[in-house]
Amino acid sequence: MNDAILSARGLVKSYGNSPALRGVTFEVAAGEIVAVTGPSGCGKSTLLHCLSGILRPDAGEVVYREQRVDLMPESARARLRRSELGVLFQFGQLVAELTAAENVSLPLLLAGTGRRAARTAALTWLDRLGVAELAEQRPGEMSGGQQQRVALARALVTEPRVLFADEPTGALDTLAGEQVMAHLVRLARAHRTAVVLVTHEPRIAGYADREVIMRDGELADVALAAAR
Amino acid sequence: MSTSHVLLGLLAEGPKHGYELKRAHDAHMPRAKPLAFGQVYATLGRLQRDGLVAEGDRDREGGPERTSFALTAQGRERLDAWLSEVEAPAPFVASALLAKVVVALLAADGRRAGVYLAAQRAAHQQRLRELTAAKLDPESGLGDVIAADFAISHLDADLRWMDTTIARVADPNRGVRS
Repeated sequence: MNDAILSARGLVKSYGNSPALRGVTFEVAAGEIVAVTGPSGCGKSTLLHCLSGILRPDAGEVVYREQRVDLMPESARARLRRSELGVLFQFGQLVAELTAAENVSLPLLLAGTGRRAARTAALTWLDRLGVAELAEQRPGEMSGGQQQRVALARALVTEPRVLFADEPTGALDTLAGEQVMAHLVRLARAHRTAVVLVTHEPRIAGYADREVIMRDGELADVALAAAR
Repeated sequence: MSTSHVLLGLLAEGPKHGYELKRAHDAHMPRAKPLAFGQVYATLGRLQRDGLVAEGDRDREGGPERTSFALTAQGRERLDAWLSEVEAPAPFVASALLAKVVVALLAADGRRAGVYLAAQRAAHQQRLRELTAAKLDPESGLGDVIAADFAISHLDADLRWMDTTIARVADPNRGVRS
């Protein structure tokens, strides 16, 4: 695929003596949704952290729009994460003391956007996620599904080109998870946002355009080919 | 589930009498109904007519004469084709998947079961993606969504079982109690 917005080649990463990634090659195109699945401990979260520049791989390269993310200093990787990459975790990423609107404004304020413009954008995104009426509420006053929709608004408010979602429905019941996924897919398609979706649930992987299976730090089809 | 293919699989390890086949079937296919003798002989008759099994030795160890049946080369080919064939992903194919994996383990090995499971898994996940897309279609009515949910829930359960089984057959030494 030549239109990859983000790609990785031969990624190797170990924690002490235990290898988490053993030469993983991966790519995602603009607007594409890719599910990364596999059992616990297979290395899927480590892959996500290397792709998003949170971790630096021991070997291999990560290329985002022709820039080597793995060679960037931490400050440049942090800037990239703030402006062009979005991250959605399983739960607990909202600041408890802030309202929904303030939480969603936060990434824009950190990037230097003025207070009023940040608030306007935050309200727009809360509306897109169907939670405009929660703008002045704090996370403790919301259900898990509502909190996750606010968190998704916050991940998307900077209009990232790549969204990383790490078990985004893991803490939700089926219907609440389905609503989060429906919004995520609809908005990613509308804004041509690439999505790297880490999940161990087959039904959540069903929202992706394709699936990459990991096992023991490798892509499973590679492992299967080696077993033949 | 196809009884004739399961019988071919049970004959892969060596010739058996009708009675031995029934016992092997009931022991290895714990979720299936016990096989009636009539069905064993009727199925063997069809398999013999089609050249997939052949009569082997007759023995009469302290009882009536019994005929054993053996897999022919053609029968082995048919078994192989069945083990490679991916089932149409739909609710209620679970027992066919189970039969295929159990037979693959008896007639071949864990790797054979793993290769089949990987292909079946890909077909299931593809169907799950199609059903999810249908559900997200704004044109879908409540009835469509509920029907899609029904199929998705069953495929999801099959996929979880396949993931667990792929891990188990890849490493049979990793027991439940270890």
